[in-house]
Amino acid sequence: MSSFKQKLLNAPYAFWSFVFVAIPLLMVVYYTFTDKGGAFTFENLKILLDKKYISVFAYSIWYAFLATVICLVIAYPLSYIISKMKSVFQDTLMVLIMLPMWINLLIVTFSWKEILSNNGIINSLFEAIGIGKVEMLGTSFAVVLGMVYCFLPFMILPILSSMQKLDKSLIEASEDLGATKINVIKRVIVPLTLPGVISGITMVFVPSISTFYISQKLGNGMIILIGDLIERQFSVSANYNVGAAISLVMMILILISVAVMNRFADDNDKGGA
Amino acid sequence: MSNKKNILELKNITVSFDGEKILDDISLSISDKEFVTLLGPSGCGKTTTLRIIAGFLEPDSGDVFFDGEIINSLPANKRNVNTIFQRYALFPHLNVYENIAFGLKVKKVPKEEIKQRVKEMLKLVNLEGFEKRSISKLSGGQQQRVAIARAVINKPKILLLDEPLAALDLKLRKDMQTELKNIQRTLGITFIFVTHDQEEALSMSDKVVVMNEGKIQHIGTPQDIYNEPVNAFVADFIGESNIIDGVMLDDFKVKIEGVTLQCLDKGFKPNEAVDVVIRPEDVDIVHREKGLITGVVTSVTFLGVHYEIIVDVNGFKWMIQTTDESKVGDKVGLLIEPDAIHIMKKSKYSGLYGDYSSFSDEIDEISNPDFGFKED
Ligand SMILES: Nc1ncnc2c1ncn2[C@@H]1O[C@H](COP(=O)(O)OP(=O)(O)OP(=O)(O)O)[C@@H](O)[C@H]1O
Ligand SMILES: [Mg+2]
Repeated sequence: MSSFKQKLLNAPYAFWSFVFVAIPLLMVVYYTFTDKGGAFTFENLKILLDKKYISVFAYSIWYAFLATVICLVIAYPLSYIISKMKSVFQDTLMVLIMLPMWINLLIVTFSWKEILSNNGIINSLFEAIGIGKVEMLGTSFAVVLGMVYCFLPFMILPILSSMQKLDKSLIEASEDLGATKINVIKRVIVPLTLPGVISGITMVFVPSISTFYISQKLGNGMIILIGDLIERQFSVSANYNVGAAISLVMMILILISVAVMNRFADDNDKGGA
Repeated sequence: MSNKKNILELKNITVSFDGEKILDDISLSISDKEFVTLLGPSGCGKTTTLRIIAGFLEPDSGDVFFDGEIINSLPANKRNVNTIFQRYALFPHLNVYENIAFGLKVKKVPKEEIKQRVKEMLKLVNLEGFEKRSISKLSGGQQQRVAIARAVINKPKILLLDEPLAALDLKLRKDMQTELKNIQRTLGITFIFVTHDQEEALSMSDKVVVMNEGKIQHIGTPQDIYNEPVNAFVADFIGESNIIDGVMLDDFKVKIEGVTLQCLDKGFKPNEAVDVVIRPEDVDIVHREKGLITGVVTSVTFLGVHYEIIVDVNGFKWMIQTTDESKVGDKVGLLIEPDAIHIMKKSKYSGLYGDYSSFSDEIDEISNPDFGFKED
């Protein structure tokens, strides 16, 4: 195919990418560096150096980090176990894992709000056995729990798929060479499933750091994350410029973390000792 | 054989998958420093047998002895056995050095010693200077060498090789055959080698184990297997052979094609029906009056060293390899010396192999341009 024809075929794709990706991004940049009157300014970014904004950024990173680590700790062994099952069980479990992904995030979050609320089933149970009510909504526990629940499948699926793709003869080869179970995991399974882990981490960290619905519903207004800030700037204070600046900072944070992750994966591919 | 020490013994090993018997009563003794080859068609259970020995699979019944001790359920990582896998199974995330060093590293051998031994191994397999090379950047032959080095660096008592040369081209394969034999001699370890190439098996082994359908058909030296196959399957699998129905009239007397021939075999019942094996290179084509059996030449193929001639004897087609030329349509006599005749008991494989009718028919059909259009 001639390169001209190829370009022609790409044209609709290029057009829609421009409309839906490039234009919004350009608008974010534009609003970030202008004031309400449209004049160029750094003010919107300077405001973000305020302690109150910095702490929101720090907390957002911290909660996303916690959620990611917890997801990883749950997903890795779980994927390992699933990958060792008969393929019938593997398929069934895969569907079960994906089920929450098919339900709208808002509904899932709202259900958790009910479950964790002061009159929810957990607190009713606590009362019945005499522990008494425990205020859970509005705690960081509830927020991280919500993130883990909503995004866990995104950690499991890439890891599970890299485990399933792992050549079983490599495991046998390492046992043949005298490796114990621990050594097989450490020296063969973990390094070879690392690409799955990296994409899992990215796929949990990114939505966790940018969520606002989970923190609003389960944080009960006590916990404010980057996503909430942005949402407030647009819907409450109607300050598009500061909202855009926060969005830009968040995008840069995400880009940096993805870049660091990919760098990590590349190094490993080269098999450097 | 019995005075030599058996390093490995399989006793009545049976393995089934999904109710299907994959290994059926396998018994085999292997002595120290022996080069043993498992030979058989695809799916006959060769890899499964190796997996039993390596410790990846426990037999449903039967025992595995190593140095006289039962090791049925000893895990692979505790066995003094290493494997070269059918598709090498090199670690893609490690370079050549790290692949070879793997076994020593997990056994916590001191770093300096690992360095020294990897160096020796690289020399042994002719890969000096490749330490840092990534596995994906190696040719098939080089990967093969890394696989060998990675296995033998552990100084196993037994090395299992699962069709290690199957992926290599003919020339490289011949070189590697010699190299493997050298390595075996230099290191003095037992090799259990799997192949479905009969020539490779005959040229490399001290002992050949012919398998089919999960059963051992014949165990013997390459000469035994070739000259005195136990049944029609073995005779046919090891080289070309004419397998003819015969009747043992008496000791040293067999009747085929209505003619009584002298042979060297005895101990059959009088008039017992037998399979008679005659190798193509052991038949002489002579003038029809001088032959014991007569027939008509139906095809002649020149193969360089010799001609491959198909002779029709009363409808049964013989393959004969000879340096003398014949012409299609010649009426010829066949001369067979008593020592060229090998008698086998009838088996379930009788009548399935050793007739070249289909062989020459195919050639006729292909060479006949009117095939399929004309009725006569
Ligand atoms: N894990 C398994 N589950 C079910 N069937 C199996 C399993 N492993 C092997 N088999 C079957 O056992 C039979 C023998 O397999 P095996 O791999 O031992 O053959 P092979 O002689 O090594 O053949 P090849 O020359 O093709 O490598 C085959 O029919 C195969 O399908
Ligand atoms: Mg095999």
